[in-house]
Amino acid sequence: MIEGKPIYQYQVGDQLQITSIKLKNVMRRRLLDLGFVPGVTIEVVQKSPLGDPVAFKVFHTTIALRKEESSLIYAKKMNREVI
Amino acid sequence: MSHTIALAGNPNTGKSTLFNLLTGLKQHTGNWPGKTVVRAEGELKTDNHIYQVIDLPGTYSLYSNSADEEVARDFIIFEKPDITLVVVDATSLDRNLNLALQVFEMTSNAILCINLIDEARRKGIHIDKEELSRQLGIPVILISAREKIGIIQLLKTIDQMIDGKIQTHPFQVQYADEVEQKIHELQPKIQAIFGDSLPSRWLSLRLLDGDKQLLEALKAYIRDPNFVHSQQQLVKGDCCHGA
Ligand SMILES: Nc1nc2c(ncn2[C@@H]2O[C@H](COP(=O)(O)OP(=O)(O)OP(=O)(O)O)[C@@H](O)[C@H]2O)c(=O)[nH]1
Ligand SMILES: [Mg+2]
Repeated sequence: MIEGKPIYQYQVGDQLQITSIKLKNVMRRRLLDLGFVPGVTIEVVQKSPLGDPVAFKVFHTTIALRKEESSLIYAKKMNREVI
Repeated sequence: MSHTIALAGNPNTGKSTLFNLLTGLKQHTGNWPGKTVVRAEGELKTDNHIYQVIDLPGTYSLYSNSADEEVARDFIIFEKPDITLVVVDATSLDRNLNLALQVFEMTSNAILCINLIDEARRKGIHIDKEELSRQLGIPVILISAREKIGIIQLLKTIDQMIDGKIQTHPFQVQYADEVEQKIHELQPKIQAIFGDSLPSRWLSLRLLDGDKQLLEALKAYIRDPNFVHSQQQLVKGDCCHGA
């Protein structure tokens, strides 16, 4: 079973930890190079009115992805420490 | 004899700012569109040597996913600069070191220039350059191209590297056993064809990745080792430099 769900399904402000990337070939390479690497923490920063594309913060840089790609990147939500 | 220095790094890490500072050139726009590539080249004179400095386009990777990446990669692989300065953003090392590791697979003559050190200090970021240098196996210099910090140290290191006074052992990424095994099988065959003129471990990895576009470049290289140079249109500096 795949852990977590596709990153576009989360809400703005959610901190996510990437669990797997189901993309192939050049697109996979491209997203790895942009920082979408399993284990890395990203944040959902903005959704366009129709929900596509969605912008994510990865290593201090904001990157917008279309659903085509973001539906194939899986992540789980990070637990926020509640004080 | 003049030596070549290439500036490589992610977009917006201050490569052109450093290029301008080193070469005394004022105007420069990173303009490398499509196939006919315009590249910026300028001259740097130190106490001991003369260098041709080449400003490569900023990329997140050197896997030739785009024309920019192809230009930067072909330059490092086929034109073999004497030194590659990997210019990284001190405030974003985690992201920037990805490209640095890729460069280390392509050449061992690399220096890590951690730029925007002024910005990092303002943000309270401390960088242990000795430890980083030890772990990466290459010289690490903290600079600010804009505030002109660390430049003398950089020039000294460049000269020392050319004079053979610095030995580098760049950190090499280790892959899964299966991949390492395949590299082990391929590498001697690649060495038999290219000797030490091209980096055989890196070539093995690219072939395992099925990089067809690189195969084309290799064919062109076998026909004419200077093919990259003849493909690119060279733009020299505006005044007193180059020519
Ligand atoms: N604070 C600070 N800013 C810098 C420094 N070096 C460059 N900059 C600024 O960073 C921005 C990008 O600089 P460039 O030299 O154009 O960066 P580049 O790496 O050539 O960018 P690309 O060609 O797009 O890859 C500019 O606004 C520079 O003024 C530095 O050492 N400190
Ligand atoms: Mg530039």
